[in-house]
Amino acid sequence: MAVSVTNYTVLSAMLFTIGIIGVLTRRNAIIVFMSIELMLNAGNLAFIAFSRAFGSVDGQIFVFFVLTVAAAEVAIGLALIVTIFRSKNTADIDDISTMRG
Amino acid sequence: MFDLVVLVILLPLLGVIVNAFFGRRLGERWVSYIGPGAVGLSFLVALILVLSLAGLPVDQRHHETILWTWIPIGNFQVDLGFLLDPLSAVMILIITGVGFLIHIYSVGYMHGDPRFARYFTYLNLFVASMLTLVLGNNFLVLFMGWELVGLCSYLLIGFWFERVSASDAAVKAFVVNRIGDFGFILGVMLIWTTFGTLHFTEVFEAAEKSLQSGAPVAIAITLLLLIGATGKSAQIPLYVWLPDAMAGPTPVSALIHAATMVTAGVYMMARSHVLFELAPFTGQVVAWIGAATALLAASIGVAQYDIKKVLAYSTVSQLGFMVAAAGMGAFGAAMFHLTTHAFFKGLLFLGAGSVIHGVHDEQDMRKMGGLRSSMPTTFWTFVVAALALAGIPPLSGFFSKDEILATASSQNIGIYLLLTIAAFLTAFYIGRQVLMVFFGQARSDVHAHESPRVMTIPLIVLAVFAAIAGFFNLPGVGSFSGWLGEQAGELNLAVAAISTLLALAGLGLAWLLYGRSPVQQDQRDPLAVRLGPVFTLLERKWYVDEIVDLTIARPFKALCSFLAGEMDLGIVDGFVNGVAWLVSLFSRWLRTIQTGFVRSYALAMLLGAVLLIVYVATR
Repeated sequence: MAVSVTNYTVLSAMLFTIGIIGVLTRRNAIIVFMSIELMLNAGNLAFIAFSRAFGSVDGQIFVFFVLTVAAAEVAIGLALIVTIFRSKNTADIDDISTMRG
Repeated sequence: MFDLVVLVILLPLLGVIVNAFFGRRLGERWVSYIGPGAVGLSFLVALILVLSLAGLPVDQRHHETILWTWIPIGNFQVDLGFLLDPLSAVMILIITGVGFLIHIYSVGYMHGDPRFARYFTYLNLFVASMLTLVLGNNFLVLFMGWELVGLCSYLLIGFWFERVSASDAAVKAFVVNRIGDFGFILGVMLIWTTFGTLHFTEVFEAAEKSLQSGAPVAIAITLLLLIGATGKSAQIPLYVWLPDAMAGPTPVSALIHAATMVTAGVYMMARSHVLFELAPFTGQVVAWIGAATALLAASIGVAQYDIKKVLAYSTVSQLGFMVAAAGMGAFGAAMFHLTTHAFFKGLLFLGAGSVIHGVHDEQDMRKMGGLRSSMPTTFWTFVVAALALAGIPPLSGFFSKDEILATASSQNIGIYLLLTIAAFLTAFYIGRQVLMVFFGQARSDVHAHESPRVMTIPLIVLAVFAAIAGFFNLPGVGSFSGWLGEQAGELNLAVAAISTLLALAGLGLAWLLYGRSPVQQDQRDPLAVRLGPVFTLLERKWYVDEIVDLTIARPFKALCSFLAGEMDLGIVDGFVNGVAWLVSLFSRWLRTIQTGFVRSYALAMLLGAVLLIVYVATR
């Protein structure tokens, strides 16, 4: 049975939703971060699926970029989280609310 | 060769630059060479130019030097150009000649002043500005000079700005002159819109060609120019600044407020006489204003105690004579009186300065007296100038004043009467001044001393001119009017006899009151005893300052404080502050959105994205 583009899209949407729920509900910065990665990869999956369905490489190019950005983001994001944890002794994002107006 | 006229202006300007930038470092000694030297050289150049101008045939005595186009905007073209003709020749000789003498005198008068270099900077700048005024070949260059001399006048009246009265007087002079200048620039604008040019020769040719005598536009232009003249030449109603201007150093009063700047209005009217001749109505107004000013100021001069105030009102009065002459179309007579007045009134002021110097900065005539023996040079030169002012023949004032009176007697008997009474009062107040200052006993215990030579030599030179200048226009000896292209006024023997008799009567009356039994210390003024309240009225200057204060200055200040308080602080600032208050109120509310909780931002983004998708999907 050939896997249709619909199946990929549904999987992508499910992964994305799980990511959103993770971002919105979890308070640990590391988990939130992982959820964001999940959302990015959900997007990547959709790109690849449509790329193959339409026979165009554009989507795959996008994925390269997304992966690159995600890698950079992970490096910076984890560094930030480590630094925040060292100074505040917590990784709970609700405790880090000094930027409120 | 006549292009050298630029040098006449540049030399004092060079003095300005040197004195302004290096004056303090050079010290008093060098400044006192550079300041007067610049003007002296300028006088030499002017003299050479005028002599060569006189060597030309009459119809070629008109030379223009155009430096560059000053303002080129479309068809509005104004050159920076200078015009040397008989009229400006007379003016530059007076300005540089009398100016040179007053500069020399100033070296002695201002000796030891901490701002010596600054004084000469201003004085040089004044000479350069005044020369620009009289040499300009169009109305805008004239106006530039007009404003520059106003600025110098302001700076020099307020030279001793530590005194509140001096800086107040400077501001008063500046503000009152602004009113006149406003009229003047409006007149210049009207000239531009009417004739399409500001160049003197072109304007006058166009006016003669295109305007009928009595044309409304000619009347409007000349009336506006007249407003300018009343400001600069201290005529009713704008004369009030000149007496206060005496707060400046005395040589400044002599140079600016007697000999040169205040005559700028008369010069301007003489320069644009073509326009004034086209507007007989304005001529009448000018003549009456001049005559009324002459009489009013002379009457005030009778009752002043300050040695300089007497001379200040005398200047206003004599300017009235010149303006009256200009109004009657006797521009030659006006310029002639301007010339002799520059000599004798400059001399009177310098004499007064010498007296003030000699009695250690005392200006009240009631505390002087008996200075004749201790200050002989000052005394004799002062007497010469006083007699010239009173109009005693054969001194200069007699000839020039008499020409004006003769013109008035044949043209307008009312003006003649006003001027004759003014002439009588003139003789009286100057006689009173001479007797109070130089005769009788000293009324205070200061030891007067004669001024140094650097001050007395200019006095002597000016005294010579004050004595003989009248012959410049005596038929058979000199032809001042002919030089200006005007008809020489005929000598009216009856008028001359009457005015001489009246002058003698004025001096005699002064002697009766002040000379026969000299005023003693703490004695009331004999005239005050006889005139009573009238004297007080005159002493308080007809309460003009008070009336102006009540009717103009106070309502104006009230309006200003209303505009500054209720209008500006209340409404304008209130509006601006209200807008700021609204913005800050809104932003305070808006700020609460930024909670600092990252997850709420994420939720907001999610909702936003959902909304967008719903919108795109359902569209």
